[in-house]
Amino acid sequence: MAQEFRLPDLGEGLTEAELVSWAVEVGQTIELNQVIGEVETAKALVELPSPYPGVVEELLVAPGATVPVGTPIIRIATDAATPEAPARTPVLVGYGPEAAAESKRARRRSVGPETGRPEAARTDGRRPDASPAARLAARERGIDLAVVAGTGPSGAVTRNDVESHAGQSVPPEPSGTAETVQRETRTPIRGVRKQTAAAMVRSAFTAPHVTEFVTIDVTRSVELLDRLRDLPEFEGLSVTPLSLVAKAMIVALRANPSLNASWDEENQEIVTKHYVNLGIAAATPRGLMVPNIKEAQSLSLVELCRAITELTATARSGKAEPAQLTGGTVSITNVGVFGVDTGTPILNPGEAAILCLGSVGKRPWVHEGELAVRWVTTLSVSFDHRVVDGEQGSRFLSSVAAMLHDPASLLAHL
Amino acid sequence: MVDKIAYPVQLIQPDGRRVFRPDYTSLVRDIGPDQLRDLYEDLVAARRMDVEAVALQRQGELGLWAPLLGQEAAQVGSARALRPDDYAFISYREHAVAYCRGVDPGVMTRMWRGCAHSAWDPSSVNVTNPAIVVGSQGLHATGYAMGAHLDGAEIATIAYFGDGATSQGDLAEALGFSMSFNAPVVFFCQNNQFAISEPVHLQSPVPIAQRAAGYGMPALRVDGNDVLAVLAVTRQATQRAREGSGPTFIEAVTYRMGPHTTSDDPTRYRAAAETEIWKARDPIDRMRRLLEREGLLSDEFLARVQATADAVAARLRSGTVEAPDPAPLDLFDHVYSTDHPLIDEEREQYAAYLAGFAGIEEALS
Repeated sequence: MAQEFRLPDLGEGLTEAELVSWAVEVGQTIELNQVIGEVETAKALVELPSPYPGVVEELLVAPGATVPVGTPIIRIATDAATPEAPARTPVLVGYGPEAAAESKRARRRSVGPETGRPEAARTDGRRPDASPAARLAARERGIDLAVVAGTGPSGAVTRNDVESHAGQSVPPEPSGTAETVQRETRTPIRGVRKQTAAAMVRSAFTAPHVTEFVTIDVTRSVELLDRLRDLPEFEGLSVTPLSLVAKAMIVALRANPSLNASWDEENQEIVTKHYVNLGIAAATPRGLMVPNIKEAQSLSLVELCRAITELTATARSGKAEPAQLTGGTVSITNVGVFGVDTGTPILNPGEAAILCLGSVGKRPWVHEGELAVRWVTTLSVSFDHRVVDGEQGSRFLSSVAAMLHDPASLLAHL
Repeated sequence: MVDKIAYPVQLIQPDGRRVFRPDYTSLVRDIGPDQLRDLYEDLVAARRMDVEAVALQRQGELGLWAPLLGQEAAQVGSARALRPDDYAFISYREHAVAYCRGVDPGVMTRMWRGCAHSAWDPSSVNVTNPAIVVGSQGLHATGYAMGAHLDGAEIATIAYFGDGATSQGDLAEALGFSMSFNAPVVFFCQNNQFAISEPVHLQSPVPIAQRAAGYGMPALRVDGNDVLAVLAVTRQATQRAREGSGPTFIEAVTYRMGPHTTSDDPTRYRAAAETEIWKARDPIDRMRRLLEREGLLSDEFLARVQATADAVAARLRSGTVEAPDPAPLDLFDHVYSTDHPLIDEEREQYAAYLAGFAGIEEALS
């Protein structure tokens, strides 16, 4: 027989949680307490152990969905012909029978304009005063308490009021057409989305952004990367244009320190950093994260490759620690992985520059006076014009571009 | 004494080698191969039981649970030092102490499930039910010990609490009273490094054990992940108490490897690197290495340990999911041992309130 596992209250008094990921799939045989997935509540990211051994029949909630406590999330076929557990009304700390009632059975909802007595209608939008028994009775009958005239203390609605109201008006059956075609989805703004939005607004409206672009022939860099991949030192690492760009950027910052700085409004100071905590924007299942590599200026190319690989893997698995997400001094965003040419990135708040790497592709290019097929990419940099002038920003960008055009010139700075 | 505080007493190193400490080794001379195996079994069973309870909370069967993961040796070692007529006053994390005292795993979760005020009869096993109010049990232990002292009973009382509780007034009072009245109490602090999210160095700039000096109380630190060392020092302290030599303060240095409770997310306040360091000091691994070195591990023995642990976990699970929901009016039953007019009044009010719901669901079904 099949058992449904309902989302429990995982903290004290939580009403909902987001299903982050499933660790099992339909048809899979699972054991008691085997981890079936991860959910994120307002308090913590937790693993859910299965309360039943058996075979997964259906996953009832899609990853990324936020569902109320009590929602069935998975159906598991079990061997045991155990009778369905009696429906407990979970009255745990913090959520009372009201929340529990959500899951008990499908109910008729009050729909459309009520046909109740208009003289009793409350229009101020406040929750009407009513006894708990009256609320339950009203919910069970699909009656909106706002249209019931109260006879209790201070006009509170009593259970008798609900009963007599029910005797007079019958709520219309829901027509069903409203649910069949859903033309819009309303997603509450929360979690990473909310924080990203706040950070972007803060950055975009405090730091005056300037963005510059340069398109360059990176054929030699592409060839260099091919050769590096064959070296034993780079074995097992992902050697990508991003790592070379990161290295070139760190070198270029030495001559252009104003891009590795921050504007301290409170103290009216510009803080120039003599170290580079290099942020790498990463698209993770939970949203945009910018973990940073600490003291990146002291890393060799091998170490940088390894750090980038590990950092983005950690961020994507949602295991990035707060320390990895704070303290960045300058950032890179690699929109090229999505196949686009370039972008005008918004600064990570508190930083003065962000470099954007576009896709690296074969294009027609004038090479040594002739049209040739070359590896070409576009770099852009956005900088905070309070701290950085066009001169420094341009010098920085052209310096990075020069090193990528001819990576041998990187050697001059090592 | 300063030396003891700076270097916690240790009898087994993390790699399983013994430490040469004749003064403390003599206290556990009777712990031979069979007793070592039993201690290992206790540690494994305690962890297995705790893991099951955490799973039950994640499955919605418990409202809350305070995991003991990482603190098994501190609890098993100290609880196994007690005699049947000694009395333990515990906080909310001492599931292994309760287990060692003989509490049925099948009833252990009742309070956490919210289906009873308490889980077991304290006087049947001489261990109290979990105290949720931080540090309050220190006073209860002191009071009980003072009574025992006045009765001339040769018993020891042990109060379990954490590093955070040492910042509570209740515990300060308990330490003061117990010294003034020479009460036979062992104050057993499991310094698990965190008071929820507050690291211990914000509780006290000096080792917690050093606080006892302010009360004139002898104190020592012990490696809380070393079950043998904990057993030795607790035996010494309980013996002092029984002999009428007064209280002792023990700081067992350990680490809470899991969250504070199932509602907590420790990754928000501590680094994974720190947890890794303590994983290398895991109390169960350490005991296993000792048994391995001394040739005491066999497949047969390990199978026995696994069977015990699984049985304990199964008992905890069945006891939890099968526990009947109490009738709402049972809430008033055990507030006082005798009738009380105010409770009667509240009971009636609540009964009338519940009666107001009668028939709502039936009417529609």
